[in-house]
Amino acid sequence: MSTATETGARSGGRTALLVIAWVWVLAPFVYGVIELITKVVDLFGG
Amino acid sequence: MAVPGFLARSRIVASPGWTRWLVPPAALSIHLSIGQAYAWSVFKTPLEKTLHLSGTESGLPFQLGIVMLGLSAAFGGTLVERNGPRWAMFVATLCFSAGFLISALGVATGQFWLVVLGYGGIGGIGLGIGYISPVSTLIKWFPDRPGMATGIAIMGFGGGALIASPWSSAMLGSSPGTGDIAVAFLIHGLVYAVFMALGVLIVRVPADGWRPPGRTREPAAARPMISAANVSAANALKTPQFWCLWIVLCLNVTAGIGILEKAAPMITDFFKGTSAPVGTAAAAGFVALLSLTNMLGRFVWSSISDAVGRKNIYRFYLGVGTLLYLVIALTTNGSKLVFVLCAMLILSFYGGGFATLPAYLKDLFGTYQVGAIHGRLLTAWSVAGVLGPLIVDGIADSEKSAGKTGPDLYSTSFYIMIGLLVVGFVANECVRPVKEKYHEPVDHNQVGSEA
Repeated sequence: MSTATETGARSGGRTALLVIAWVWVLAPFVYGVIELITKVVDLFGG
Repeated sequence: MAVPGFLARSRIVASPGWTRWLVPPAALSIHLSIGQAYAWSVFKTPLEKTLHLSGTESGLPFQLGIVMLGLSAAFGGTLVERNGPRWAMFVATLCFSAGFLISALGVATGQFWLVVLGYGGIGGIGLGIGYISPVSTLIKWFPDRPGMATGIAIMGFGGGALIASPWSSAMLGSSPGTGDIAVAFLIHGLVYAVFMALGVLIVRVPADGWRPPGRTREPAAARPMISAANVSAANALKTPQFWCLWIVLCLNVTAGIGILEKAAPMITDFFKGTSAPVGTAAAAGFVALLSLTNMLGRFVWSSISDAVGRKNIYRFYLGVGTLLYLVIALTTNGSKLVFVLCAMLILSFYGGGFATLPAYLKDLFGTYQVGAIHGRLLTAWSVAGVLGPLIVDGIADSEKSAGKTGPDLYSTSFYIMIGLLVVGFVANECVRPVKEKYHEPVDHNQVGSEA
């Protein structure tokens, strides 16, 4: 019983870690892409 | 020298149930940081104004950084393979962050040589070790999709400048003094140390004999160009395959960097005097667009190579790249859209060429010392970094002296690029499976696959 609980807790912890890790790297990446798109607009629209 | 316990390879063997999808963010945390190097130009003008430097002098930290990248990747590759990815990521974090902190001290005290030594020398070692640190680990975790896995990481290197460029600019403001630049360097050093720490903490290597879910055996000889055998880094240098790939990388990068390095003045010169001239803001938009396709090409083309094969994707990069250069050379300034689309595709092939390389090396030389082999091959990048700008800048300057203007400044360069890409195409055609005499004995293969 306790083994199953530990396994479940470990799995939940890993999922949380996975989400945090991807947000950690994707958040600044998205910021960079948004900044870049605003410059690209000038090429054809400016 | 023994590796401290926390950093040792034995301490980061993944426990059962560990998800391999944690390894790409670990790799990205390193590559997105060291990719800042391509945004060095943001610091150039402020340094020139405050420390009274020439343009050549302010470029020295970046140039030394790229030289150190090539050297440390080439000479540190074997060490990275031996000590494991956590050690490599830790060293990269330490060096890259220390580079900024030393630079902060240099600017604060008005000693530019400290910036060159810090950012270029010590930070450059961080670039090289960091660049190769996750490569072999990703390939071992994703034997079913090595192109996609290394594509994600190497896309990060392309994306690093996208983050750093607006971030650093915002921090510096419009007219920064030495104190502002020193503080900016200090903040960069600290923030990158924290950001890269994620990679150091969560990177894991697969346990011996680990296979991806749903796979029970190695896909040996599934394709004739994929070898199940392993070749050491020392032996790889003796094979014609290594040198063919060196030529392929060098010429593909030369062709891309020729446009990348001069993108803004090139598009401005091309359409000067036409009905659709390109202003400064639009030229900056063109540069940004090329950065985007360079970055996306790393992920998209490298992922596609998992399905179509490495040799075929390089045929595509080099063959279609040749045709695209020909289209630009023939249509000149007839259509802005055609020019921009061709340049975008060429730059996507430039990025794709970088990102597909580790998987190509894995196919030919196995996983045993693929990181070290990759590091040695990156010397082709250093050569191309000199060759590409030398061709395009040298010819443009000479044509300008001869009184030429517009697309005529670049036509000769484009025909040279076409020739280089054709040579690269032929070199790729010469790549064959590595002869058995270079393979490692089976015992070494097992040691090499130990995670």
